[in-house]
Amino acid sequence: MDDILLQILNGLDKGSAYALITLGLTLIFGTLGVVNFAHGSLFMLGAFVAVIVRKIMMISSVTLDPTRTNFLGKPLEIKTTYIEQWFGSFGTWMIDYSVPIAVLVAIPVMMLVGFVMERGLIKHFYHRPHADQILVTFGLAIVLQEIVKKFFGANAIPQAAPEAASGALDIGVWLGFAENAVIYPEWRLIYFFFAVAVIAAVFSFLRFTTFGMVVRAGMVDRETVGLLGININRRFTLMFGIAAAVTGMAGVMYAPILSPNYHMGMDFLVLTFVVVVVGGMGSLPGAVLAGFMLGILESFASMNEVKSILPGIDQIIIYLVAIIILLVRPRGLMGKAGVMED
Amino acid sequence: MLKLKNNDTALFLAFCVMVLAGPIILAPLGAGYPDLLQRFAIFGIFAVGYNILFGLTGYLSFGHAAFLGVGSYSAVWMFKLLSMNIIPGIILAVILSGIFALLIGFITLRRSGIYFSILTLAFAQMSYSLAYSVLTPITNGETGLQIHLADPRILDTKSTDGSLPSTNLFGLEMNDTWRTTLFGMDLQFNVGFYVSAILLILCFYLSIRIFRSPFGLMLRAVKTNQNRLMYTGVNTKPYLLTAFVISGMYAGLAGGLLAAMDPLAGAERMQWTESGTVVLMTILGGTGTLLGPVFGAGAIKYFENIFSKVNDSVLAGWFNFMPDWMTDTMVFLLGPFFGKGWHLTLGLVFMAVVIFLPGGLMEGASKIANLFGKRKNKGSVDSTGTPAE
Amino acid sequence: MSKLITSRRGLIKSGAAIGAGLATPTIFGSSVWAGSHGGYTNAPTGSTVTLGFNVPQSGPYADEGADELRAYMLAVEHLNGEGDGGMMNTFSSKELKGNGILGRKVEYVTGDTQTKSDAARASAKSMIEKDGAVMITGGSSSGVAIAVQSLCQEAGIIFMAGLTHSNDTTGKDKKANGFRHFFNGYMSAAALAPVLIDRYGADRKAYHLTADYTWGWTQQASMAAATEAMGWETVANVLTPLATQDFSSYVAPVLNSGADVLILNHYGGNMVNSLTSAVQFGLKNKQVNGKNFEIVVPLYSRLMARGAGENVKGIFGSTNWHWSLQDEGSKAFVKSFGEKYGFPPSQAAHTVYCQTLLYADAVERAGTHNPCGVAEALEGFKFSGLGNGDVEYRAEDHQCFKDVLVVKGKENPTSEFDLLEIVEITPRAKVEYAPDNEFFAGGDLGQCNPGA
Repeated sequence: MDDILLQILNGLDKGSAYALITLGLTLIFGTLGVVNFAHGSLFMLGAFVAVIVRKIMMISSVTLDPTRTNFLGKPLEIKTTYIEQWFGSFGTWMIDYSVPIAVLVAIPVMMLVGFVMERGLIKHFYHRPHADQILVTFGLAIVLQEIVKKFFGANAIPQAAPEAASGALDIGVWLGFAENAVIYPEWRLIYFFFAVAVIAAVFSFLRFTTFGMVVRAGMVDRETVGLLGININRRFTLMFGIAAAVTGMAGVMYAPILSPNYHMGMDFLVLTFVVVVVGGMGSLPGAVLAGFMLGILESFASMNEVKSILPGIDQIIIYLVAIIILLVRPRGLMGKAGVMED
Repeated sequence: MLKLKNNDTALFLAFCVMVLAGPIILAPLGAGYPDLLQRFAIFGIFAVGYNILFGLTGYLSFGHAAFLGVGSYSAVWMFKLLSMNIIPGIILAVILSGIFALLIGFITLRRSGIYFSILTLAFAQMSYSLAYSVLTPITNGETGLQIHLADPRILDTKSTDGSLPSTNLFGLEMNDTWRTTLFGMDLQFNVGFYVSAILLILCFYLSIRIFRSPFGLMLRAVKTNQNRLMYTGVNTKPYLLTAFVISGMYAGLAGGLLAAMDPLAGAERMQWTESGTVVLMTILGGTGTLLGPVFGAGAIKYFENIFSKVNDSVLAGWFNFMPDWMTDTMVFLLGPFFGKGWHLTLGLVFMAVVIFLPGGLMEGASKIANLFGKRKNKGSVDSTGTPAE
Repeated sequence: MSKLITSRRGLIKSGAAIGAGLATPTIFGSSVWAGSHGGYTNAPTGSTVTLGFNVPQSGPYADEGADELRAYMLAVEHLNGEGDGGMMNTFSSKELKGNGILGRKVEYVTGDTQTKSDAARASAKSMIEKDGAVMITGGSSSGVAIAVQSLCQEAGIIFMAGLTHSNDTTGKDKKANGFRHFFNGYMSAAALAPVLIDRYGADRKAYHLTADYTWGWTQQASMAAATEAMGWETVANVLTPLATQDFSSYVAPVLNSGADVLILNHYGGNMVNSLTSAVQFGLKNKQVNGKNFEIVVPLYSRLMARGAGENVKGIFGSTNWHWSLQDEGSKAFVKSFGEKYGFPPSQAAHTVYCQTLLYADAVERAGTHNPCGVAEALEGFKFSGLGNGDVEYRAEDHQCFKDVLVVKGKENPTSEFDLLEIVEITPRAKVEYAPDNEFFAGGDLGQCNPGA
């Protein structure tokens, strides 16, 4: 029982990550109809916003300690960050909280990235065949990740969660289980609530604001909205920016769970496409639902009890579920007719 | 004799000359060595086959690497069990990948558009994951399936000198190479390359015939407007399935040939990145054109194998004639695009091609042709993505 | 930097005047091709000899590949008599004089394995067919090492493996033309088990998480066998897919399983992510069965362990070599590498540097580049001064036997490179095994193949 509860928690956690990463792709791909292979790169860039913020905070002055030596037998360099020199313990606190701070930084930065991407490149591809969109966004994805590799190397760069949130909570005790039965990392719980909050914000933005109404109308029939004298293009640009910001935040918050590396975007790319399509093209709730569903099923599939019956099931569960759903429901869970069906 | 129209005959003959003279044409580009020549021909086959599905019907399969992998595994198993002669291996590769494509195609073609793409992707990724882990007894997992001295090979005589036998075509070994020097260039004429080249030519011929056949026309009709076709009472599925199986068999043939040239089959051949590569090859060269995919395949393999080997010291060698500081500057400026930065250049090429040549490399080629000979009318190339064929 | 450039120019001067073509082929005579002389593939005929450095330059192991490449360039420099000579001065064999190999200047070509067998073989083939490389070396994973090793066997080229830790490389997939300097899963386990028993006690229950591919399996089997022989019990062994990013669903059940040790048979990105997950789930500071819960990582890579940050602190593992070793060879290597590049070398760099020197030395002793001659010179070769004490290349399986380092994540690192501290240097005798050991049985070296 506690095992199952644990895996449900895992599933919710994974699912919230999948849903959050996928949310941006649904906005771009499911609604604007652009096959954006550079979406994974947005996630990766978000994670590297966290890396860069910490790097900036860690800029240090160097003093030599003659009593100790480095690997070459020379005096050891002691680094003290400027931020700590200037602000004292507040500086230490800032470094500790670099990931949450990076989330705030990521919103404008990633929005800008989104704007530039849409205005500079994607805009010209709305009416081009999907094949062209794939080629150009794939090219962009490679270029972005190679640039990151050039500056940050290929290995993962650790990003610690704030000290206060890096422990684990014994949830089981509250629910009447034995001690140590259901233990869950605090940061992952925070990630879950963060994801739910962001998803709710995006939904209510689209649902309850005039802007959202226009965008929703534009998704259904872009031409008519344009004929009504509404500049739908500008709104789509903003939508692209929001999608980039959401994906970027997903990346920042994920950094303590998965140390950022330059190829993490490509690693998540296939998965995000699968989630969006299983959820159904053009449906935001579908994508969120699919994210949670695949997360939970994946967690269950990795349980020993399941694996002993079906060896290797955890390797393929996502694809297997995708196939079954797409065969049973032709447009995924909640897909709209006519979106990317030809 | 070839049953082709005049234009096509000219194209086909030019293609034959180009392919057969590959070792001479490519030597000045540093690509005239057997392994890369073989890869050009083999991935040419893969892309030509993929183009029959994607170029004609517009169905974007993201799982064709699975057929490549099945082809390779079945060929290597034939080398292990039957004979090092490549014929049984290649035949089995084509048949098995055909059957595999029939099964997958039958299921995935029930959906269209992006749903079809994701279904094919899912099947291929499942094949990859299983081949890498659970199916290790068949695929030898991470290491890849190899031939060993102890394999039965019931049709062959046992090798006695303790060295592994080579793949061959009735005694003609695939890695036999005749080398000569022309104008200071090292030319290598390799048996394996010519076997692949002849198969590429045959495959190319078949692809022309399919493009020009009523069947090809029907596939194009599917691409243009499948709904209208269905309203007129045509059941499109058999046509689509045939195209899917044919392109799967092309992929299987390519996989079998890869194993025939180099008897090792690894699971990475089935990964989605490989499926993606063939998609990119086709689009890069020019979707729906006859020659485009071959060029696309060549371009990507060229970057992978030649650009990746240009390290800083090779770069410095090119600019050796300059003063030292200029050499260093050039190396500093160009370094990021060569050697370990070859991916960056590839990405930039993808973007440049799609931005400036919407019809792929083929459009570039016809633009150049138009520049020189004004005889072709301009209408043969338009920018809407249906370039000259 | 300027030093690097002068040496690089020195390297290219002799052979690179041929400006034609993109990458200039290193074929020497005009009417001959290399293979027809000397009776073996790519016999060098001119004043230079070409080595092929085949390392991952893209993909997850690109940084290890880059470090390997640095070490190769350093080795080439030293062989050609430039720089301070590094470990050539401490190497017990004194055949290398700094005048290249057999008087020929050493040149090199590089390639990108992408950590894929296919790409690695394509790259190695181009080195053999186009560049006339007489030896191929490098790599950062066992799948690639085994694939390239068998290619070299067929082509008649010597393969000096880089970083490959699977038992199979010198076990069931061993080849007469292939040589491995790096240690393997069995040796890791043999070195680690006694230390673990000593620190954590013999009454322990271990939970294994294992990367689901060949290296993971051999590593896990070796660890389980070695620890069980000393009294530990293996509670479970769970296979994790290679592509796993988030290990939470594999780590979460560990605490409830009754185990009090978690062994992570993961490498590279897998290890970084699984260790991070394990620490986040609080495993490092829990009490189970009245004992402290412990985590073990059998194979450490310092370069990649950096990705796990603070989480490596106090965690035991093994490594082939570490820059903090204080013997003369290691000190010379760290000095020469550190002065050139500004940071200490990794174990991958050390291994490939040694491999290059060992190859050159074997050629000198054999008096030929012929793979059969070189193999004979390497088989049973005993040496020291390369940083791992007294070492032997065993003739039966071409595995190097040397001391193994048991290390622990350092509590108070003084720099970003100072992640591991050496806990114990397990002497060679304790990690040796018979060539027909159950973990290595089934293969056949075959005969050396000179090709051509």
